[in-house]
Amino acid sequence: MKNVVGIINDTDIKQKLKDLTRARSTAAVPFGGRYRIIDFVLSNMANSGIKNIGILTQSYNRSLLDHVDSGKEWDLLSKRDGLFILPPIFRYDQFTGNLGDVDHYYNHMDYLNRSRQEYILISNSNIIYNMDYREIEAFYHQKKADVVMVYKNLSESEKTNYRILSLLLDNNERVHDMADARDKMLSPAAALEIAFMKKSLFMQLIDDCIARGYRDFTKDGLIKNLHRYKIFAYEHKGYAAKIDSIRTYYAHSMDLLKPEVWKDVFLSHGTISTKVKDEPPAKYQESAKVNNSLLANGCHVAGIVENSILSRGVVVHAGATVRNSIVMQKGQIHEGAVVENAIIDKDVVITSGKQIIGDTEYPMVVEKQAVI
Amino acid sequence: MKKREVIAMLLAGGQGTRLGILTRKLAKPAVPFGGKYRIIDFPLSNCSNSGIYTVGVLTQYQPLILNSYIGIGSHWDLDKKHGGVTVLPPYVRHDGGHWYLGTANAVYQNIEFVDQYNPEYVLILSGDHIYKMDYSKMIDFHKEKDADVTIAVIEVPWEETHRFGIMNTEADNKIVEFEEKPKKAKNNLASMGVYVFEWKKLRNALIEDDLDSNSDHDFGKNVIPKMLEEKQKVYAYPFEHYWKDVGTIESLWQANMDLLDDSPELNLYEKDWKIYSVNPNQPVQYIGKEASVKKSLVNEGCQVHGAIEKSVLFPGVVVGEGSVIKDSVIMSDVTIGDNVIIERSIIGEECTIEDHCQIGQPGVGQEGITVLGENVVASKGKNIPAGVEINIDNCHEFGCCPNGVEHKEVER
Repeated sequence: MKNVVGIINDTDIKQKLKDLTRARSTAAVPFGGRYRIIDFVLSNMANSGIKNIGILTQSYNRSLLDHVDSGKEWDLLSKRDGLFILPPIFRYDQFTGNLGDVDHYYNHMDYLNRSRQEYILISNSNIIYNMDYREIEAFYHQKKADVVMVYKNLSESEKTNYRILSLLLDNNERVHDMADARDKMLSPAAALEIAFMKKSLFMQLIDDCIARGYRDFTKDGLIKNLHRYKIFAYEHKGYAAKIDSIRTYYAHSMDLLKPEVWKDVFLSHGTISTKVKDEPPAKYQESAKVNNSLLANGCHVAGIVENSILSRGVVVHAGATVRNSIVMQKGQIHEGAVVENAIIDKDVVITSGKQIIGDTEYPMVVEKQAVI
Repeated sequence: MKKREVIAMLLAGGQGTRLGILTRKLAKPAVPFGGKYRIIDFPLSNCSNSGIYTVGVLTQYQPLILNSYIGIGSHWDLDKKHGGVTVLPPYVRHDGGHWYLGTANAVYQNIEFVDQYNPEYVLILSGDHIYKMDYSKMIDFHKEKDADVTIAVIEVPWEETHRFGIMNTEADNKIVEFEEKPKKAKNNLASMGVYVFEWKKLRNALIEDDLDSNSDHDFGKNVIPKMLEEKQKVYAYPFEHYWKDVGTIESLWQANMDLLDDSPELNLYEKDWKIYSVNPNQPVQYIGKEASVKKSLVNEGCQVHGAIEKSVLFPGVVVGEGSVIKDSVIMSDVTIGDNVIIERSIIGEECTIEDHCQIGQPGVGQEGITVLGENVVASKGKNIPAGVEINIDNCHEFGCCPNGVEHKEVER
């Protein structure tokens, strides 16, 4: 897909991720032990052969920039094309309080103008899945579409009470209606917030929106143009999960403990790359008891770990218990402490004997660098 | 070229014959170690952590894996505008060329490489040892003593002195005598194969050594004894931390086991002295519902459903249900089926061990470490006795076959 420029939109800070997005953007939220949420979309693009990728960032972007660095881990460090960071631009003539994604795209039209690719693939940053985007490109040509979106059919259990962009498709997979609503879906087809089209069309849609004072690309750029352009949707049959709240974060993290999801997400089309930390292998001591868990390198376990995800450099001391929880980088759980149904952010210390117990439906979140 | 005060020359051309089938297709420095590393990661990381960013790596025996592993040195932070890592294989010159005849000859053939940087000191390293060492401290010692040569030494047990080059020293660490593998040692300070030379002195010594037709062109055997004879100032730099020559299967296995203590002598978790390596980029490891992992090191990409005890698992190892792995080293991408028992073994990369196999269980008169070379398939129910070495050439004698031939791959 050398002829495609990839755009990752990370301008939407998911407020429902609460403490996890207090000091970082959605894309930079740690996920799955050794990754950040952006790794999935970014690796999918790189693995599909996209060589020119721009990331639209929000103001809290330090941890994201530190993470993606030069793009080398995704093989995006190159003389031509590569990885581009597109930071928010504050202009006096724009009302800064209420910028939509359209404004962010518009502010970086230069980047699109200068890139030599003919097509564009845009995606939100917060979706966990492993997909070969070449399938979308082939589908686009096969359907002679103007725009291709990607959707996943949700099962009853996968429906949440958060907003979902649902699609109404005909037998030919053309989109006839589209609605972003809570509770009510037009059909089980939930859009994964990816769109593929000619770059020139995308730029025109953005210009049209700007000309009319529209701010929202999905609603104003796509929904209002449903009958003007041929918008098709391609079904992604593998695992896909949108991270937009503490609940979905917790539930979809725990999904990784199912071996079939683990294999689908990590091994199905290409490997998901991430920033390298040079940690030694995980170490298990004599007293360790670990079951149904994911552990990253650099972990040191002497206690009990069940149904949990431990990120790089986590230490679980002897006599400590971690159950149904996510412990991010360098967390330390001391002797006698119990962590249950919790999300422990980076660099947290849980001292001896403390009990951090949340509910499976409402996990407790301990914010970054806390000492309890 | 910019002047460098110190450059390192890393001898990485050795075969390591005593490692048997493990070095059939790769040089000893490329032998995997510790669930993640190759032996050469230790000297390369030491260089980088010591602030030595110009390293020549001398290769000869089976260099393919080593070359592609080192690349441009970026994994060790050794990709630099000036210097960095340079792989130096033997080459042909206008009047012919020949293989590296010995450690000293290898450096002799690369005098031009060293001269480019016009260094004060040259650090000679070998790619055969597991240790963490700050070379800059040794160079400070060398300067302080105003030495011509400084040799890093470590105390070894008296009963093992016959395996090492032994230094006999005076009170202030000045070396008076060097004995290569003495039968009756007078001292127990062994050379670690780490030397600091004044480049000018070394340069002359190498040229002289090349002209000496009786020489084996070896640092330990020829160059250093000669410098001692000439009353040059040779000092011993005592090193008191973990250092292991992993020259045999037994010592390689033991060095892996050493890492499994609750607080091992060699601490890989030290933040300020990380051992860098090429990262495999595999997903987080999954420890299954019925699994048990104790006193072990497990790397990324592993899926463990059985019991692991006192073992080291490299990336991408799959262990099926009911299997027991004990006191063993399992290298990358090995697939182990259900109800397998493996004890005191080293299993090479990409081997497949099918259900109900038993490997390395001690029987009557059988002991020692069992070794499977890379790409061997032990088909269902095979019993492989302790102490044997199996590779793709002799595996038929043991009822095994090479990977990719007449076997169904166990689903990952």
